[in-house]
Amino acid sequence: MNLSCKRATELLSEEQDRDLSFQEWTALQAHLVICRGCRAVSGQFKFLRQALQSLVEKEK
Amino acid sequence: MPAADFRTQVEALRPYLLRYASLQLRNREAAEDAVQETLLAALASQASFEGRSNLRTWLTGILKHKCIDAVRKASRESPLPGEDADSAAADFDALFDERDHWREHPKPWEDPDGALQQKQFLQVLEACLAGLPARTAQVFMLREHAGLETGEICEQLSINANHCWVLLYRARMALRLCLEKNWFGK
Repeated sequence: MNLSCKRATELLSEEQDRDLSFQEWTALQAHLVICRGCRAVSGQFKFLRQALQSLVEKEK
Repeated sequence: MPAADFRTQVEALRPYLLRYASLQLRNREAAEDAVQETLLAALASQASFEGRSNLRTWLTGILKHKCIDAVRKASRESPLPGEDADSAAADFDALFDERDHWREHPKPWEDPDGALQQKQFLQVLEACLAGLPARTAQVFMLREHAGLETGEICEQLSINANHCWVLLYRARMALRLCLEKNWFGK
């Protein structure tokens, strides 16, 4: 399954909210190997989660 | 603990709780109501706190549920129509070409960890959050700020899982664009 970048970004987001199927996961990994744009977004989505946690921490 | 001491300690946490609720509900009045209800509930159930170590954690737990109630009530009383489908999606569509590949490849951000240490960055992040459409923001904050599982959010807000994922995707895409524009791309 060849993913488009758009679909890859959707899966990168959903990965944070549900377990991807094995097929989705392997397709995503294969896409990330060849796509630096989606690799960047992958890091940015993970960073967002961390940033929101920082906001929570800051409230303490 | 004497009731008067307990009350003082609970009251001292009001500013913290108010900030938490304001971020979550994006509405000062609704946030104050949720905090008020939380404080009343806490004072009425001091006995159930006794023996637990952390008052703030306990209060935040109560507040979380008050916030969910508030979001649920608001979404029942005034459903947020329209905003969902078209307007937000159009912004992201422009990022991709006709084959849904990047028109311009995103680049990794420089020193994201350093950004987290900066007060100004957190202010930019808050401004970006405030710019999200209402329903999108509610779902995103329940997920990332209150730390709820997607299934719970769907159930509480009576939306299906797919819709939930779509809203979370839009929130993340909008936030990355906003942070890129106002912080990392500068």
